[in-house]
Amino acid sequence: MAAENAAGHGGPTAGEYIIHHLTHWRNKELVGPFDLSVINLDSTVFTILLGVLGCFLLWKAARKATSGVPGRFQAAVEILVEMVDAQAKGIVHNAESRKLVAPLALTVFVWIFLLNAMDLLPVDLLPVVWAWIYGVAGHDPHHAYMRSVPTADLSITMGLSMGVLITCLVYNVKIKGVGGWIHELFTAPFGNHWALYPFNFMMQIIEFVAKTVSHGMRLFGNMYAGELIFLLIALMGGAFASVGLGTGIALAIGHIIAGSAWAIFHILIITLQAFVFMMLTLVYIGQAHDHH
Amino acid sequence: MEVISFVALAAGLIIGLGAVGACIGIGIMGSKYLEAAARQPELMGELQTKMFLLAGLIDAAFIIGTGIALWFATANPFLAQIAQVAPK
Repeated sequence: MAAENAAGHGGPTAGEYIIHHLTHWRNKELVGPFDLSVINLDSTVFTILLGVLGCFLLWKAARKATSGVPGRFQAAVEILVEMVDAQAKGIVHNAESRKLVAPLALTVFVWIFLLNAMDLLPVDLLPVVWAWIYGVAGHDPHHAYMRSVPTADLSITMGLSMGVLITCLVYNVKIKGVGGWIHELFTAPFGNHWALYPFNFMMQIIEFVAKTVSHGMRLFGNMYAGELIFLLIALMGGAFASVGLGTGIALAIGHIIAGSAWAIFHILIITLQAFVFMMLTLVYIGQAHDHH
Repeated sequence: MEVISFVALAAGLIIGLGAVGACIGIGIMGSKYLEAAARQPELMGELQTKMFLLAGLIDAAFIIGTGIALWFATANPFLAQIAQVAPK
């Protein structure tokens, strides 16, 4: 960072721009690496707003649902619900559980798709609006931090995957009974012998932890890397005014092309990641129904 | 200076090795899918769904690594430690 102070006072350096865009709007600063009293307010607000929006859209489709010829909106929602239902039927074989799990999968898919789609907005749009609001409210706009993609926040994705873990544990106990599940914890996967109990238990714990962590971090890694690449592409555009005329214009044109290409690729990625999260939710809850 | 050069090397290795693994994995999976589709075209749609799912899973570790490497490359956390050590 010492070498980057050479930039003029007119604007942030490349590193400062990226750090500013990677800082959350928090209620207070972290004490140490793990602090449960800190809330990322920007992620929380966007998650709640988009959750309400998703519920509202699905409710609107359900309210006017007719069994006659469907309109386009109803047909689109029906395609979505049928897709999720087909996947749920293929993975969770217990019809009673599917009454909860299939809507859970639909919620997870729609919600995560909407949260991921925030990454398609221009990188500076929401932070600039927020800095303006912050300045008008009397605070210092240079400290107005806003990250608009909630799923690029580890707290949100790990929260979602821990919700799935808790659902799995509840279903484990519900299907197998407390005694049956504890028996399985100590006897699967290696076998029912007293000397194997500690190894079985360790393997089960490792399996639960690894599944949950990878579930959350996969979504986080994809969205975080995508956001960071958008920021780096935006820096290419920022070079238009600062570098000499030739390279400046070339970088700006490159920024438009690279930005378009990456945004189009990202449309695939956000849908794919929401789909993968939903499928893994179904698979993990389905595994809670299997007897080893 | 050493910390910066090591971090740059580390970022390159993380992204490069991750990409090797992910690309080889996707290549193998894609070729199997194409063979299966050629053998049994009626299963193409079903297998395509599963193929996209597997693509998401295979890319996971690689993209997590890329995210961490880009974080090191741009908002380097190790430099804060240098700033603490420097005045001494």
